[in-house]
Amino acid sequence: MSDDQDDIILADLDDDELVQQMFDDLYDGLKEEIEESVNILLARGWQPYEILTEALVAGMTIVGKDFRDGILFVPEVLLAANAMKGGMAILKPLLVETGAPKQGKMVIGTVKGDIHDIGKNLVGMMMEGAGFEVIDLGINNAVDSYLDALEAEKPDILGMSALLTTTMPYMKVVIDTLVEKGMRDDYIVLVGGAPLNEEFGRAIGADAYCRDAAVAVETAKSFVARKHNQAAMRA
Amino acid sequence: MDLPDDDRLTREGLDLATPAAAPERMLLIACGALAREILDLIARNGWSHMDLTCLPAILHNHPDRIAPAVEQAVQKHRATHARIFVVYADCGTGGGLRATCDRLGVKMVEGPHCYSFFEGNARFAANAEDEFTAFYLTDFLVRQFDAFVWEPLGLDRHPQLRDTYFGHYTKLVYQAQTDDPALTARAQDCAARLGLAFERRLTGYGDLETALAALKP
Repeated sequence: MSDDQDDIILADLDDDELVQQMFDDLYDGLKEEIEESVNILLARGWQPYEILTEALVAGMTIVGKDFRDGILFVPEVLLAANAMKGGMAILKPLLVETGAPKQGKMVIGTVKGDIHDIGKNLVGMMMEGAGFEVIDLGINNAVDSYLDALEAEKPDILGMSALLTTTMPYMKVVIDTLVEKGMRDDYIVLVGGAPLNEEFGRAIGADAYCRDAAVAVETAKSFVARKHNQAAMRA
Repeated sequence: MDLPDDDRLTREGLDLATPAAAPERMLLIACGALAREILDLIARNGWSHMDLTCLPAILHNHPDRIAPAVEQAVQKHRATHARIFVVYADCGTGGGLRATCDRLGVKMVEGPHCYSFFEGNARFAANAEDEFTAFYLTDFLVRQFDAFVWEPLGLDRHPQLRDTYFGHYTKLVYQAQTDDPALTARAQDCAARLGLAFERRLTGYGDLETALAALKP
């Protein structure tokens, strides 16, 4: 975004200017600058949760929108995500200490036979940024891997990802197993990946297909809120 | 006939279809990445009843655009060719290309992608469980590695992203359609650039040849 990066002394900027600069630095994938800015805001007394939401998540939202609009491409988004990860690494332990609000819990993993995790990792990071606890199972997950994690972690959401048309049908295997075991209704099931679409999500019995990380966050929030409302009505 | 230029096949495709009405002839609507292989098969087997038109090979990187592009090509050539065969496999369209071809009443190559039909769909499927950490290149993709892999992934600008993309891959499998030491050396270089082990398999044309041979004059 900005071409005069070398001239800017981050510590000299006031809070508003610094947050704007963080938006630029995220956009440009400047990890060290993001880490420095996070530390500056912490030193100025900002709460970790404020930095996360008002600077990092807000900045990545701009990146996500420009990706969706075809202005940014995958390499640039990955660099931005890497920069955000740098900031998150500083904030994560502090968020635990300061008791930041929790939205819910998600188990997420790429399905069996598939080693692609870029999209899944972006979703996981944005979900964490939105206040979800994320248990990442990594790549190449067979049914048992998902089931074990669901039993152990008792999440609100199961997220599955696939990049290949040859592996995406495995999502149905997982969902069918949940149905067989009478566990399907215990979880919100969200699916995503480049070759998927809404129709596929519906056909395999997922709750929703999420076309990108931002949609995943909004969908997760809305389903979790609905789940809590239903639980409250039953109580 | 001169071999078609790879850059042109990538960006523009190739149109060798006869403009005049030729209802007795078979038109192949193919991926540009298969042009040389198809032309070689036609020449070697004397399949003089076949015409060829190729869509830009770079659609490989945009599977969502393949079915609409094939449909447009079928509509364009219907007036001259009553017999049309689509030389694409599923190619990441998630069944979309099959649905389009069924709707248009044209046949296509079986299999998930060219890596599969070059190796032979049955063999590729049998090895799939053990090979999902392999990254495949064909002759064409070795020659066009920068245009299809290196540049679109931004590795020319951001080489530090290499392991983000390829960290879970274990080897590059070069499926050689032709026995060409120079191309093998280039494929080896591609593997080195991606930080992957290298394996070469001479596949020849595999099920591509079988599929085209079945198209009777």
